[in-house]
Amino acid sequence: MRVEGATKTYESKSGPVRALEDFSLEVREGELVCVLGPSGCGKTTLLWSMSGLHALTSGRILLDGTPVNGPRPEEIGMIFQEANLLPWRNLRQNVNFPFEIKNRPVDRQRVEALLHETGLAEFGGSMPGELSGGMQQRASIVRALAQNPSVLLMDEPFGALDAFTRDEMNLLLLRLWSESGQTIVFVTHNITEAIFLADRVVVMTPRPGRLAHIYDIDLPRPRTIDLTFQPSFIELIQDMKRTVETGGRALVEVE
Amino acid sequence: MSGNVPSELRDEIPRFEQRAAGDHGPIDWTALTAMRTAKSALEIGTIVALAAFVFFGLEVLLRWTNTPTYVFPKPIAVVRTLVNEFTSVYAHHLWVTMYEFLVGYAIGAAIGLLLAALITQKPFAEKVIAPYILIMVTTPMIAFVPFLRLKLGFGSWPLIIAVALAAGPMVMINSATGFRRTDLAKIALARSYGASTIQIFRKIRFPLALPMIIVGFMVGSIFGLLTAVGGGMVAASEEGGLGERLVYYSSLARMDQFGAVILIIAALGVSIYVLFYFIGKRWASWEA
Repeated sequence: MRVEGATKTYESKSGPVRALEDFSLEVREGELVCVLGPSGCGKTTLLWSMSGLHALTSGRILLDGTPVNGPRPEEIGMIFQEANLLPWRNLRQNVNFPFEIKNRPVDRQRVEALLHETGLAEFGGSMPGELSGGMQQRASIVRALAQNPSVLLMDEPFGALDAFTRDEMNLLLLRLWSESGQTIVFVTHNITEAIFLADRVVVMTPRPGRLAHIYDIDLPRPRTIDLTFQPSFIELIQDMKRTVETGGRALVEVE
Repeated sequence: MSGNVPSELRDEIPRFEQRAAGDHGPIDWTALTAMRTAKSALEIGTIVALAAFVFFGLEVLLRWTNTPTYVFPKPIAVVRTLVNEFTSVYAHHLWVTMYEFLVGYAIGAAIGLLLAALITQKPFAEKVIAPYILIMVTTPMIAFVPFLRLKLGFGSWPLIIAVALAAGPMVMINSATGFRRTDLAKIALARSYGASTIQIFRKIRFPLALPMIIVGFMVGSIFGLLTAVGGGMVAASEEGGLGERLVYYSSLARMDQFGAVILIIAALGVSIYVLFYFIGKRWASWEA
C-alpha cells in the first residue's frame, strides 16, 4: 500500500485547516506499521484517507497499484477508536453486520473460530453495554477479521483501555497477525505500544501532519511484555519521545 | 462540617446512572417512559392496599356523609353500572372513540414519522418548518373540532383529523430529534463495508433514532386520546363516543354512568401507556 504526497485541508469556521501535508509512505505487504504522533497531528485523517472514507485534497493512495477513491470493503478492514459496536445489536449480530451490508451469507466457521480465539465464544448473545471495553474492542477486531481483509487499518483502537487491558490486546493482536499475516497500519499516540507492535514506527509532526522520522524496530518476535522493560526498549522510547516533541528537527540537526 | 450546612444548601450527590438533562430533544418526556422495571412484592402490595383504601374509604365516607349521587357517585355503584351496562351501552361508545383515535393516530403518526425522516436530511428545510411544527405542538387541536364539524359534517372524520393533527406533530418533533442523532463513526463503519445510503438509513440512522421515535409515538398517542375524548365533548359525531357520553351524563346528573365512562377512559390511557412501556423495553432497552 502506498501513500503519495497526501495533503488534506479542512474547511473550518476559523478558515482552512491543513491536517496533512505532503505525506508519503510505503507499507509493505504483511508489514505492521505504527503511525505515531501527538493528538491532532492528522494521523486519523491519514488513516481515514487510506480507507477511502475521506478524499485527499491532493496526492493519492494506492492499494496493489490501483488508486483508493472510496471504500474498498473487499480488501480493507477498518477498526475504529473505541469499539464502535452498534449498541442495539448483540455481539454476534455486530460481527455479522458487514455480511449483511455486503448481502452475503455469514461465514459461520470463520466467525466461530475468531470468537473462540478471542475468548468471546460464550458472549455472542450479550449486548455491547454488558461487555467490558476490552471485550468490545475484541469483538470489533473479530468483526473486521471475519471479512478476511488483506489490509487492516486501526485508528487508536486501544486508546480508551486501561494499561493492563491494552497490553492484553496488543498481545492478542500480535498473535492474530502472526497467524493471518495481514498488512496492518496502526495509529496510536502511545510510544510503548507503537514500538511493541511495529516492524516500523512512522513518527508524524504536529499539525500539519508531516513525516518526521521512520524507525525500523529490529526487536525479535514473538514479543513479550518483558521486552518493554529492557534498556534498549526504554532507550528507543526516550529517543522517539524526543522526536515526537521536536517534530523530528533535533534528529535532522544531529544527522 | 456538613452537619452545619442546611440540608437544602448541600450539594446533591450526582447520580451517574442517570443521563444528563436535555438529552431528550426539545421536550423532556422522560418522566413518561421512566417507569421502574422491577417492583418488589412489598411495593405492589402497598399499591393494591392503597387503591383498596381509597376505593372503600370513599364509599364509606360518601355513605356516612349521606352525599347524594348527583354530587359525587359512590365507587361500588359506578363499578356495578360499568359491569351491567358495558356491552349494552359503553362498548359501542368505546368503539366509536377507539376508531376515531386509532385511524387519526395512524394517519398522524405515519405522516409525522415520514416528515421527520425526510426533513432531517436537509437542515434548511428543517429550520423553515420548525416554527410551524412548534405552533402545531403547542396549539390544542380540540379548538379546531367545531370548525371541522361545520366543514365535514357529523361523521367521524372531524375527530379523526383533529387526532391526526394532535398526534402527528408530537411524533414528528421527537422523531426528528432521533434522526438528528448522527453518529459519524457508525456511519463510517457502514460505509467502510460499502453500505448504500438506504442501508445506512435502515441499519444505522433508523435504529439510532428508534428510542426517540418510540417516545414520540407514546406522547403522540396520549395527545391523540386526549383529543379524541375532548373533541367528542366539544362536538361529537352522531355515533356518540366517550366524550359525548361524558357531556350527556353530566348534563343529566347521571353520575354513576359518568363515573363509569371516566373509568373506561382511565383504563384506556393506562393500557396505551403499558403497551408503549413494553414496546420501549423490547426495542429501545439498549439505551436505558
